[in-house]
Amino acid sequence: MKKVEEIKAAIEAAVPGAAVEIVSNPSVSGQHSLRLAPESAVAVASFLRDDPELALDFLSNVTGIDWPDKVTAERVKVKRQVVKTVDGVEQTVEETVEETRQRLDPGCLEAVYHLYSVAKKHGPVILRMRTQDRADHVDLPSLTPVWRSAEFQEREIFDLYGIAFTGHPDLRRLLMWPEFKDHPMRKDYREPDDFEYEPTAHDEVLKRAEEHRAGTAVHADAECGQ
Amino acid sequence: MRDSQTNSSAVAEKPEGWNRPALIKPSGDGELLEVAMGPHHPSTHGVFRMDLALDGERVIRLRPVFGYLHRNHEKIAEGVSYLASMPYTDRLDYICPITNNWAYALAVEKLTGQEVPERAEYLRVILGELTRFQNHASSIGFLIQEMGASGTPLMYAFREREKILDLFEKLTGARMMVNYMRFGGCRVDASPAWLDATRKVVAGLPEFVNEFDRLLGSNEILMARTQGVGVLKADLAVNAGVTGPMLRGSGVNYDIRKVDGYGIYNRFNFRVPLGDHGDVYDRFIVRMLEMRESITILEQALKDIPRGPVMDPKAKLRGFRPKPGEAYGRIEGPKGELGFYLISDGGPNPYRYRIRPPSLINLTVLEDMCLGHDVADVVLIFGSVDIVLGEVDR
Repeated sequence: MKKVEEIKAAIEAAVPGAAVEIVSNPSVSGQHSLRLAPESAVAVASFLRDDPELALDFLSNVTGIDWPDKVTAERVKVKRQVVKTVDGVEQTVEETVEETRQRLDPGCLEAVYHLYSVAKKHGPVILRMRTQDRADHVDLPSLTPVWRSAEFQEREIFDLYGIAFTGHPDLRRLLMWPEFKDHPMRKDYREPDDFEYEPTAHDEVLKRAEEHRAGTAVHADAECGQ
Repeated sequence: MRDSQTNSSAVAEKPEGWNRPALIKPSGDGELLEVAMGPHHPSTHGVFRMDLALDGERVIRLRPVFGYLHRNHEKIAEGVSYLASMPYTDRLDYICPITNNWAYALAVEKLTGQEVPERAEYLRVILGELTRFQNHASSIGFLIQEMGASGTPLMYAFREREKILDLFEKLTGARMMVNYMRFGGCRVDASPAWLDATRKVVAGLPEFVNEFDRLLGSNEILMARTQGVGVLKADLAVNAGVTGPMLRGSGVNYDIRKVDGYGIYNRFNFRVPLGDHGDVYDRFIVRMLEMRESITILEQALKDIPRGPVMDPKAKLRGFRPKPGEAYGRIEGPKGELGFYLISDGGPNPYRYRIRPPSLINLTVLEDMCLGHDVADVVLIFGSVDIVLGEVDR
């Protein structure tokens, strides 16, 4: 079994322009992974499957991960011009002050693929891909055309995380029902009070009753000036 | 992309690719009958639906519909400590709770690097192989039941299963919801009396397999109904991530007990039975032979089991916080590759907890196997996949 560095070199030699980055895993499991740029992911995946030496013909597991926006407070040293009175004379002095700043790491959604080889009996080789953000740019290329076993697993990630896999032949929700709106596995998901809420013809009446109770309703009789 | 969530019917077109099923053209005037098979169909082993499009008796299209038993186990596990998910894994594939425990414990041990004492490894193998035996016996029993042999073969299988569940109950206190394994060992030690009782049960198992084989293996009706039905080619099986007896029924030699040699499986002498045609009959035969191999492993393990502790004394149960990192651990479950993928951020709860469910992924090829067959064969093909809905939907 090749090391991740060797696999990275093999990919870069075989697929021109493929951006591959090694993500090291600090745990004792030692399962390091490769982060692929979404643009070249399908070409890299096909290479990994068809290369006679790697022969990663078996995609075992596809996982979705949510990385929300992270705000961290950090202490920064800043130089400032301060006017001070030194020995009775007003002077402008440069001072170094420590400040607390909020640093925002934008979040993303990630898909992780665990590959093994049935022919060579080795593995795992771990691939990762990240979306640009968590709201509007949540597209990743689907690897289902390369490994069919991603079909249901990518559908599950689309369902529970909201990653839109382009090129997937049948991208529908897998576990939640089709009318469901949100993505329950996201870290910021809040479950609704009533899962079976459906708008009814009486919603308007209920809204007016609510206004009436709160005393904010404009009464018809008030308009008549009585 | 978002619009594709609409509940399309079974007749809707699906794009073709090299690894996708070839579509069948309907005969005659092309009028199709749409049948929703399930979610309460007795053959679906739970709540699962197949939307079929039928041309007469022939299946033209099949769409599996999941989610009736969805509890979002993965989300629940992200909110509780590592150990608190252990009893919940019993409820995934509730026919084989021990192997679920084992896969989860193995993943956490990979994450933390904990060692498992020798005796605990042996106990894991003994309980794991007993689980595999009773799973295969009852899955064959269900298959024959769905063929119309109402009750009798299933009760033969359940008679043996009951003996094994009695052993589980004596050791762990529960027949099914065992909650037995811990990170770095097992919860309780087995008494010498329990080991003797297990030896007695294992000694009786070959007779059961012989009898089962004699009754079923060359049964004319079984052969007529299952041979050449639901054929799965080896290259598609590998590409679609099919694992376990289904993959080996298609003739692919891939058993994680041999490939990874997790635990102490390297020490045991056993063979990997393979099918040839990849049809329902081959899967049945592979399960039958795997039961015999399980008996071989059990005999060796019960002979060699050493004395000693069953828990790593340094193992921490409370305040358990693995260092940041991730690990994927997998075992050869009775139904296929059962894996757990864990990401730790250093906290007491897993940041991400993912189960690789063999039952769900083996269903990827259900449509491929059923197309062109009669609707009555769908029940058999589905039964030969051997799924438990608690694991499919999680």
